[in-house]
Amino acid sequence: MKLKQLEGLLGSLEQFYNPKIELEQYPTGSHVASRMLYTAENSFGDVTNKVVADFGCGCGTLGIAAALLGAQHVVGLDIDAESLEIASENADELELDMEFVQCDIRNLRWEGQIIDTVVMNPPFGTRRKGADMDFLCVALKVASEAVYSLHKTTTREHVRRTALRDCHASSAEVLFELRYDVPHLYKFHKKKEVDIAVDLWRFVPKKNR
Amino acid sequence: MRLLTHNMLSSNIKGVTNGFPLRIEVEKVVEKSVDFNPDFLKNMFAKIEYKALVEASRIMGYAELPDHAEPSMLESDDFLRKFHHALMELHLEEGTLVCPETGRRFPVNKGVPNMLLHEDEV
Repeated sequence: MKLKQLEGLLGSLEQFYNPKIELEQYPTGSHVASRMLYTAENSFGDVTNKVVADFGCGCGTLGIAAALLGAQHVVGLDIDAESLEIASENADELELDMEFVQCDIRNLRWEGQIIDTVVMNPPFGTRRKGADMDFLCVALKVASEAVYSLHKTTTREHVRRTALRDCHASSAEVLFELRYDVPHLYKFHKKKEVDIAVDLWRFVPKKNR
Repeated sequence: MRLLTHNMLSSNIKGVTNGFPLRIEVEKVVEKSVDFNPDFLKNMFAKIEYKALVEASRIMGYAELPDHAEPSMLESDDFLRKFHHALMELHLEEGTLVCPETGRRFPVNKGVPNMLLHEDEV
C-alpha cells in the first residue's frame, strides 16, 4: 500500500466526538499516523505479519494503520469504553480484524512474549504528570522487538534518559521530528489550531528482562 | 476476543500470582475467517501456552486440537489448520473471563474484555 493511500484511509476514520480532557484524548492525525507506521514497516519490518499492540488506542488510528499494512494480529488497548466503541466501528468500516481490550495501562499484566511491536501516541503528561513515561515503561516491558512512540520535542532529553535508565530500553532513537496539528478540541484552546513539534521515537527493549 | 489474545491476558489484581490463564465462560462464540499464514502460525506456536489454548478452544466448542503438541507436528497441514482455527478464528463475543485465583469476573461484551480494576484491587 502506498503512503498516500494509507493516509487517505486513515483520514476517513471517525474521531472522538466527546473527548475527555483528563485522558488527554486527541486524535492522531492521518499525516502523522501514516508516516509512523509506514516507517516502522519499510525501514524496520516491524509491522507486516507481526503481532502489534496500540497502547492508548483511542479511536484506533495507529492500530488500524498497522492492520492496513498487514500486521497479522492487532490489539488496541484503552481505558475508555466510548473510544473503544468508535475504534471498533472504525475497524469494521474498513473490514479489518482488530482486537480491543479495555484496561488501565498501568496495571496491565501481559503473559509471554507474544507482542512484537507496540505503537502509541501516549498522553503527553499535561494532565496527569508522568503519564507519558508510564506508557513507555509498560510498552518496553511488553514489546519483544520495538516500541514506536510520539513525544513532544521539548521533552527529548528527558525521554531519552528515562527510557534508557528506568525503562530498560537498549536503544532510543528519534526517527524524525513532525508537526502534530492539534485541532481546537477543548474549550480552553484559544487558537483555532496549533501545531506542536513532536518526535517519533523508536525504542528497542533489552532482551533479557 | 480471539484465543491468541486470551493467551496473553492475565489477571492483573494486586497480589495474584496465578492469574493465568483466565477461565472462560461462554455466552456467545462467533467464528471469523482469517487468511491461513503458516509462517506466522509456526512462529506463534513457539510463543504461546499451548495447554491454555487447548482448554480454551474446548470451552469455546472446538474439540479438534490434540491435548499435546510437538514442534514436529507443525509440518502437518492438518494440524496447522486446526491450530489456525483455534488460535485465530474463534471469537468470544459475549461471556466472562474469570481470575483462576480470586474468582473475580471480567466481562466480555461485543468481543471486548473489560480488565479495569476497582480501587481496592490495584
